[in-house]
Amino acid sequence: MAKTLFENIWDAHVVAQEPESPAVLYIDLHLIHEVTSPQAFDGLRKRGIKVRRPDRTFGTLDHGIPTTDRSLPIVDELAARQITIMERNCAENGIQLYGIKTGADKQGIVHVIGPELGLTQPGMTIVCGDSHTATHGAFGSLGFGIGTSEVEMVLSTQCLLQRKPKTCNVRIDGALKKGVTAKDIILGIIAKYGVGGGTGLVYEYTGTAIRTMTMEERMTVCNMSIEGGSRAGLIAPDETTFNFVAGREFAPKGAEWDKKLAWWKTLPSDAEAQYDVTYSLDADALEPMITYGTNPGMGMNITERIPDPDKIADLSQRKALEKALSYMGLQPNQQLLGHKVDMVFIGSCTNSRISDLREAAALLKGRKVAEGVRVLVVPGSTPIKKQAEAEGLDQIFRAAGAEWREAGCSACIAMNGDQLEPGQYGISTSNRNFEGRQGKGGRTFLASPLTAAASAVTGVVTDARVLTN
Amino acid sequence: MSKFPTISSKVIALNAENVDTDQIIPARFLKVTDKLGLGEQLFCDWRYNSDGSPKPDFMLNKPEMKGRQVLLAGDNFGCGSSREHAPWALVGYGFRAVISTSFADIFKNNSLKNGLLPVIIDKETHAQLFSLIEEDPNTSLSIDLAAQTLTLPDGRAVNFPIDSFSKTCLLNGVDEIGYVLGMHEQIEAYEAAHA
Ligand code: SF4
Repeated sequence: MAKTLFENIWDAHVVAQEPESPAVLYIDLHLIHEVTSPQAFDGLRKRGIKVRRPDRTFGTLDHGIPTTDRSLPIVDELAARQITIMERNCAENGIQLYGIKTGADKQGIVHVIGPELGLTQPGMTIVCGDSHTATHGAFGSLGFGIGTSEVEMVLSTQCLLQRKPKTCNVRIDGALKKGVTAKDIILGIIAKYGVGGGTGLVYEYTGTAIRTMTMEERMTVCNMSIEGGSRAGLIAPDETTFNFVAGREFAPKGAEWDKKLAWWKTLPSDAEAQYDVTYSLDADALEPMITYGTNPGMGMNITERIPDPDKIADLSQRKALEKALSYMGLQPNQQLLGHKVDMVFIGSCTNSRISDLREAAALLKGRKVAEGVRVLVVPGSTPIKKQAEAEGLDQIFRAAGAEWREAGCSACIAMNGDQLEPGQYGISTSNRNFEGRQGKGGRTFLASPLTAAASAVTGVVTDARVLTN
Repeated sequence: MSKFPTISSKVIALNAENVDTDQIIPARFLKVTDKLGLGEQLFCDWRYNSDGSPKPDFMLNKPEMKGRQVLLAGDNFGCGSSREHAPWALVGYGFRAVISTSFADIFKNNSLKNGLLPVIIDKETHAQLFSLIEEDPNTSLSIDLAAQTLTLPDGRAVNFPIDSFSKTCLLNGVDEIGYVLGMHEQIEAYEAAHA
């Protein structure tokens, strides 16, 4: 029978399936970080057991870690404590940690370092106590975000209980116009199908626009699958994928590579494979996107006007929009173009890779950040930071007046002091614009690195094409 | 985990769609390394002023709401982050069930593992419940997991879905990790075959 990519991976990982029960799925790779794992390790301790497969478990410090000089002591006592506990848990269980004291040269955001180290490979099942694990789906691997109880389950059994989700073909055909990016594609999908559009589904992104993308662009698309509510996001592996993985530290080598590659080539969905649902987006027609509200589905083309709640028939949607606009301090029918911004954040697991930094730097080169705007550039990993420095990108950012930081989640989640002040507006390349996400009372516009960099220069929301044409 | 009881309780209604986990428990409280005490910070930014004083008209702060075990919420409750701190905070506050038309997948999973029952009902009943509670804020509902029914004050019972595995686990207090640990032979066999 014709099978989808998702079914091919799923079927290869079922350890047991009792009737009426969820499947017991084998997990090839478990990524952990300091915020969602301490209680799971406590659980193991209470049971008197150790991590079953430390060789399949890798840790990083990213969520709460400072992005300023790491040789200094961490001021936030709670964050420092969480980091110490993570270090102890990894050491006690023989888990490789990319942190401050160990593996610092490879530390970074969990979803950035997995692919970078070659840990992420096609056909794998990958979990992490973080909802953006779908990022790894860009490689044709099945990545689930899990809760801490599930982290405990995977640490102790290397398995996860999962009910089989349904599949959705998200077809994106066409070619992007100049100045329109992968970020705009995923913001476009979420604006079109809503933040609950993917509930119970696994998205597989297909179509010509996806095929011509780099791995970095594919990761940006898959990263925000959860913002559309889907359980995971997948892209079929191809030569682009294999070339990216080849030669990385943990990638298979020699005969093992040949064996794996042969299997990876069998993974893509059969032409006749059936999906439960089909969504689509026309890449040709897409414009740069920006969000105006307090969930990632409240997005629009950057030149459009904010919708008017009075024109929305559904009562609860109308109330949701009214509430969002009141929090954001915005008016119906208002344009966002020209709206002031106080902070620009270029970073997060969505857009902090070298290609994102290059794009932003190309725009900022020879330009200055507008007066009164704070610009934070936070690379996704320490190797990316080094690479950017080798290319002189840090100099460009600094010369423009931006802050160049150490790698981490930073203002995406605002746990470490990198954040908006109450009432401030930020344009951010991250993935969430929820109330308070980037600091209590802070207001977030989500957009691409291009839009963010252009807005940094002008101090107001700006369509980058105006500056680059 | 303790066995899930039949609940009979008045309701706290929170009429907002897409309530995300950053609202349920903001990220700055995720620095805890245990599960305790998060109930205090539940819905923190909606519940307290910036000086830490409670906002008197936020539902959870009204004295008569104390001790209510059921939360009635809008569509797509619990979207966003995978943080299990969200159900920990809800349970920490004292909730045992949340009623909505839909829940985000990860939140639903996390809730079931912490003895918090997601009760999914149709749009019509959902709207009726909100108006019932608007009319009489002391409306009491009962939830019987074994029968999978939500009973309204007029005696009308509405069924809600739950997969049989989660139901059994909740009703019998089954430890899911223990269940999978018990499959070590199959896991070893899988690992041997895929080494
Ligand atoms: S960058 Fe943001 S979204 Fe990504 S893992 Fe870190 S906190 Fe989560």
